[in-house]
Amino acid sequence: MLLYILKRLVTVTPVAFGVSVVCFLLVHLAPGDPLSAVLPADATQQTIDEMRSAYGFDKPLPVQYAIWLWHVLHGDLGVSIATGRPVAQEVGRAVVNSLILASVATLIGFTFGTFFGFVAGYKRNSLLDRAASALSVFGVSVPHYWLGMVLVIVFSATLGWLPPTGAGPDGSGNWRPDIEHLRYIILPTVTMAVIPMGIIARTVRALVADILGQDFVEALRAKGMSEFGVFKHVVRNAAPTALAIMGLQLGYLLGGSILIETVFAWPGTGFLLNAAIFQRDLPLLQGSILVLAMFFVALNLIVDVMQTALDPRIERA
Amino acid sequence: MSATDMTHDAAVELSGLRVAFGKTQVVDGVDLRLDRGQALALIGESGSGKSVTLRSILRLFPAGRSRIEGRISAAGKDVLALDKRALADFRGGDVSMIFQEPLLAFDPVYTVGRQITESIQRHEKISAQDARARALALFERVRIPSPERRLDNYPHEMSGGMRQRAMIALALACRPQVLLADEPTTALDATVQIQVLLLLRELQRDLGLSIVIVTHDLGAAVEVADRIAVMYAGKIVEVGTARQVVRDPHHPYTIGLLRSRAEGAMDKGSRLQTIPGSPPDLANRPPGCPFAPRCFLAEDRCRREMPPVGTISPGHDVACWRTEEASAAYRAGPQPVAVEMA
Repeated sequence: MLLYILKRLVTVTPVAFGVSVVCFLLVHLAPGDPLSAVLPADATQQTIDEMRSAYGFDKPLPVQYAIWLWHVLHGDLGVSIATGRPVAQEVGRAVVNSLILASVATLIGFTFGTFFGFVAGYKRNSLLDRAASALSVFGVSVPHYWLGMVLVIVFSATLGWLPPTGAGPDGSGNWRPDIEHLRYIILPTVTMAVIPMGIIARTVRALVADILGQDFVEALRAKGMSEFGVFKHVVRNAAPTALAIMGLQLGYLLGGSILIETVFAWPGTGFLLNAAIFQRDLPLLQGSILVLAMFFVALNLIVDVMQTALDPRIERA
Repeated sequence: MSATDMTHDAAVELSGLRVAFGKTQVVDGVDLRLDRGQALALIGESGSGKSVTLRSILRLFPAGRSRIEGRISAAGKDVLALDKRALADFRGGDVSMIFQEPLLAFDPVYTVGRQITESIQRHEKISAQDARARALALFERVRIPSPERRLDNYPHEMSGGMRQRAMIALALACRPQVLLADEPTTALDATVQIQVLLLLRELQRDLGLSIVIVTHDLGAAVEVADRIAVMYAGKIVEVGTARQVVRDPHHPYTIGLLRSRAEGAMDKGSRLQTIPGSPPDLANRPPGCPFAPRCFLAEDRCRREMPPVGTISPGHDVACWRTEEASAAYRAGPQPVAVEMA
């Protein structure tokens, strides 16, 4: 198993390298000069040139990339043009906030998704199944920023039960798991959980239906196993795929929650990315995209390793 | 205990068994008796109801969608009267089953040993170590090489023959009185088939097991069974000792099955005989004998009335109007058969 993990780590390296190249180039493809946003409109050509060379924008792209990569490998993602703070620090704080949001949302989505999926898979074509299926189709297809706004209107504006935006009473940052902060996390996580819930419910329903139709379930009944005994086997068979889907959903939520974080003003990576794009803050943009992409690569690796550990049919070699 | 003593208690007794799924009457009035320590083969083509008959002994059907009528008694229990709890104890404890495709009948994500100990611990209060020791003894009993190591194998890590041996070990784990085998050799290589059949025969003798084996392979049936019952369209058309059925068949369908075998008496250049047509639609059963449309001896009466079960000799029963003609035709040897299609 350890050898397998090592091998997977080796194969991940070129992927990570490729990701870094794409991250770097992508922002250079975008139109607009990063410096025009920070320099006053009447800046002299000399000032512009000085700034360009200070940020290294006057060198050819491959050299810029090599320098950037060298710094990145040393944990230095550069300095934000907009705020002048180190990118690593900005991204680090945002990642923690996003991770909190995404983990709680995935947990909610996974819990309800597997529950609905199992109920629907066990009671196929029943009223319960149809209700669960309708709910999961709704979850997958509803625009979640819209859902977020509706929830804000209902629970914050009308009922006044929950705060509409922010990560805590002091606005942002320093999230702690106390009652006050928990109140702030409810609306964004519920909004965010709707998509993974729908996807997980549909996957688990199909899985459970497929597993219940397999011969070994009849064989389990034939040797006198109780319904609960059979259920344990079904769970064990469905687990690898369900967990893989959950892992990938967590990855999507980490990076793909720009809209939700913007709607709820949640100081996470999505919020940060949004700001970086509008301010043409190149180092911040590159840094946050790179960190998010690496998260995704790492998550895929973890999911693969977990699946291999859970399903003996996957080759460990 | 004498096997021919028909008054002695039976290992399995079905009377008037009828099983329907929706409007489809899959098993239509089966009477069958298996004495203790004997092996009975149920043969017939796909869709004849033999597997359903076998599964009804364990009531292995989803409750809502099937209807079982008649009487089923097995290992001294009235199967249809068992409540949920008693049924679960009965399954695997008194009567157990081996399946056609052992790769599919084992849970792929548990080791084979774990699945055997799970069954033992389900039925008996026994420590994990003792259960494991019993599983090991069972693996030795069914002659799986390096049994200790094989217990920790996953199903996909074993060969087909070994998997079926492991399946047999699983079925025997809780010392059942009756073993049901659903086409146990169909998924195996020819050379492995005979080993598995011989193993079943040996276990039956040594452990005093009663076996019901479902197969469409007459050769396999003759190999293990004391008695053979031939099923067609949900009914038993001929039943007798293996010798009576194979040497002295009295039902045209049995004759058709015997003649359509490739092994044995095939002369060079002769054509393999087949039974023309296909089994009837069980949802729309025609009146009369269900085999009549495909029978080379069918006459008007066959198409109107279902023939009653008649006794040819003690223990040899046939449901056919024209047993004499059928027997004569068989003894006269292979000949071109004229068939009217309905």
